[in-house]
Amino acid sequence: MSLYKPTRRSLIQTGAIAGAGLALPTYLRADGHSGFTNAPTGDTVTLGFNVPQTGPYADEGADELRAFKLAVEHLNGDGDGGMMNTFSSKELKGDGILGKKVEFVTGDTQTKSDAARASAKSMIEKDGAIMISGGSSSGVAVAVQGLCQEAGVIFMAGLTHSNDTTGKDKKANGFRHFFNAYMSAAALAPVLKNLYGDDRNAYHLTADYTWGWTQQESIQAATEAIGWNTVNDVRTPLAATDFSSYIAPVLNSGADVLILNHYGGNMVNSLTNAVQFGLRDKQVNGKNFEIVVPLYSELMARGAGENIKGIPGSQNWDWKLDDDGTKGFVKSFGEKYGFPPSQAAQTCYAQTMLYADAVTRAGSFNPCAVGEALAGFEFDGLGNGKTLYRADDHQCFKDVLVVKGAENPESEFHLVEIIEKTPVDQVTYDPEHPMFAGGDLGQCNPGA
Amino acid sequence: MDAILLQLLNGLDKGSAYALIALGLTLIFGTLGVVNFAHGAIFMIGSFCAVTLSKIFSLSHKASEPTGVDFLGNPKFDDILYIKEWFGDSAGAWMQDWSVPLAILFAIPIMLFLGFVMERGLIKHFYKRPHADQILVTFGLAIVLQEIIKYFYGANPIPTAAPEVFRGSFDFGVLMGFDPNAIIYPYWRLIYFAFSALIIGGVFAFLQFTTFGMVVRAGMADRETVGLLGINIDKRFTIMFGIAAAVAGLAGVMYAPINSPNYHMGMDFLVLSFVVVVVGGMGSLPGAVLAGFLLGIVESFASMNEVKAIIPGIDQIIIYVVAIVILLTRPRGLMGRKGVMEE
Repeated sequence: MSLYKPTRRSLIQTGAIAGAGLALPTYLRADGHSGFTNAPTGDTVTLGFNVPQTGPYADEGADELRAFKLAVEHLNGDGDGGMMNTFSSKELKGDGILGKKVEFVTGDTQTKSDAARASAKSMIEKDGAIMISGGSSSGVAVAVQGLCQEAGVIFMAGLTHSNDTTGKDKKANGFRHFFNAYMSAAALAPVLKNLYGDDRNAYHLTADYTWGWTQQESIQAATEAIGWNTVNDVRTPLAATDFSSYIAPVLNSGADVLILNHYGGNMVNSLTNAVQFGLRDKQVNGKNFEIVVPLYSELMARGAGENIKGIPGSQNWDWKLDDDGTKGFVKSFGEKYGFPPSQAAQTCYAQTMLYADAVTRAGSFNPCAVGEALAGFEFDGLGNGKTLYRADDHQCFKDVLVVKGAENPESEFHLVEIIEKTPVDQVTYDPEHPMFAGGDLGQCNPGA
Repeated sequence: MDAILLQLLNGLDKGSAYALIALGLTLIFGTLGVVNFAHGAIFMIGSFCAVTLSKIFSLSHKASEPTGVDFLGNPKFDDILYIKEWFGDSAGAWMQDWSVPLAILFAIPIMLFLGFVMERGLIKHFYKRPHADQILVTFGLAIVLQEIIKYFYGANPIPTAAPEVFRGSFDFGVLMGFDPNAIIYPYWRLIYFAFSALIIGGVFAFLQFTTFGMVVRAGMADRETVGLLGINIDKRFTIMFGIAAAVAGLAGVMYAPINSPNYHMGMDFLVLSFVVVVVGGMGSLPGAVLAGFLLGIVESFASMNEVKAIIPGIDQIIIYVVAIVILLTRPRGLMGRKGVMEE
């Protein structure tokens, strides 16, 4: 029996080797397939898709789920490959992820934070999901992102637009492909100046929760920067269905623009009410009264019918873009389901591809390795042009679309027209920007 | 002054919807003693009657020749509406435009039938059960009804327009001598208010001036004695359930152009309508109408910026504050019968 007796020299040598090993990117280390939550052991890997299957965003959730299923189909080598063919990274070969067939489980967020956390927890603990994606609400995204950080799995956010998701609530295990409220405002403001001039008085109606607050703060700052005056900001209850009592005083307030910081059902109802009250037919301060909806949702815009005609807003993506990635995705999705995908579907599809690609490049499912592969990753071909997954906050930076409700729709799917594709430079901000301050990515958590 | 008048008008149309739903609720409670949590779902189904008729009028077949390409580049065939083929272009267009008012005729038999089926098929089995059981079963029924609607129509709101002639708004303030744009009011909301007044008046007249109504009122006052007189009061109460369902359904039909119908809209109104019934007095028809308008107006005033500046968030809780005050000071409600809800 011999005892190891370290000498000063051997200790320095061992320390140097260990230090160098630790300094290597996680994905070059030997422990790539173990020591983390839900490390896949068989020939399959399970992804968890957490979308609203019930509740007011169920249709949006259904479209997200369609996109997830399509992405899984393409990853496993079925179908026409969709955006895998146009994706700038050529790591994915249609043989699953790292040779493991992709399977998935689904959860129902109900667009409620507690329900979303419970379904994500169940998918991680019972079904062995190694990644969670999806969702149609910032409140849900922030809640599930926190859970994934604690559990040691990657969270690839679905539709979440609040600055907080990659601002004060950002997490090392969380990644957002969708744009945010700041970007919407930065893209919209110059277009609004061109459309309506720089001498305007804006009245805000704002949904009283995290997304509404950051959307209002962003668009107010951006419109004031172009010379507009903010007359009032009225917070409206999220559960409100009739906005008449909030809209009625607008015309008499001296405002000549109404900005609806509302999403989904709130947006449909407040816009419908505003049009009923004849706001768009009025002249105030010698100018036509205008309405702005900073964030569009095509699925919900359908609910507002003709009321959205000519109303400007912003989108993360639109199926009418003419790049190869979009064309490929619309073809795959349209042929499978019979109608074009929504922006919620596109972001979910892109997130699944990005995750699979990051795992492949990392050579490991270890969330820390995947995180390292995603952070700072530049790519193209997923429908939004050149995109950067910024390492500082795990936010994607890409062009933003400014749109308006279609004046003469050519089909039932033709809800909006693209006014401008705002270049990414115009919507990029400093990671320490005050609207995103207060958060810390922290350390990635591989879990078990 | 103009701001107060404006919110008063707003309160009237909100109150109209509350009053109509609460009227049906209290009719059912007053006649059958059932707390019907499915009443909001009936309102929602009324709205979807308008949606359904609009969809029926939009039924079409494809043209034989393509007129362009679709989003995938495949040949696109125009939709040809059956109603325009059958009734001509102008009559077809008129029917589409007037689909919401026409849906009143479509909805009445459907809502009456739905009311009968609900009462005979399910609710009658719970007459002698505690109110908690009634609430559970009717709440469950509401969820089933809204899930059925969601299955067929999806979760998104469905735009349902008023006839073109009633779209837009008029400047009520100018009529009253105020500045232009001071009091703007949409035409359809005014029609909704007038329609509600007509329905409420009709229900009261029916109960007040017909023999049937007299028997029902007698039954509401003393069910046993009316039964001992050899009158089949149960049958009349079943009919009243159908009428209550029709009232809520019609409220829903006419509400469709105000806010795009969605499967959840009944739940949004249900809780508020229960508060209205409790504030008005359980089982009191005039109480329900009075409280409906009162709470609609109070809610509108609480949304005023001037009021919210003094008490932030008051618009979110005002209805419940009023309910708490009423229940503490007058447990039977504004016009409730003595003894009801007081023990």
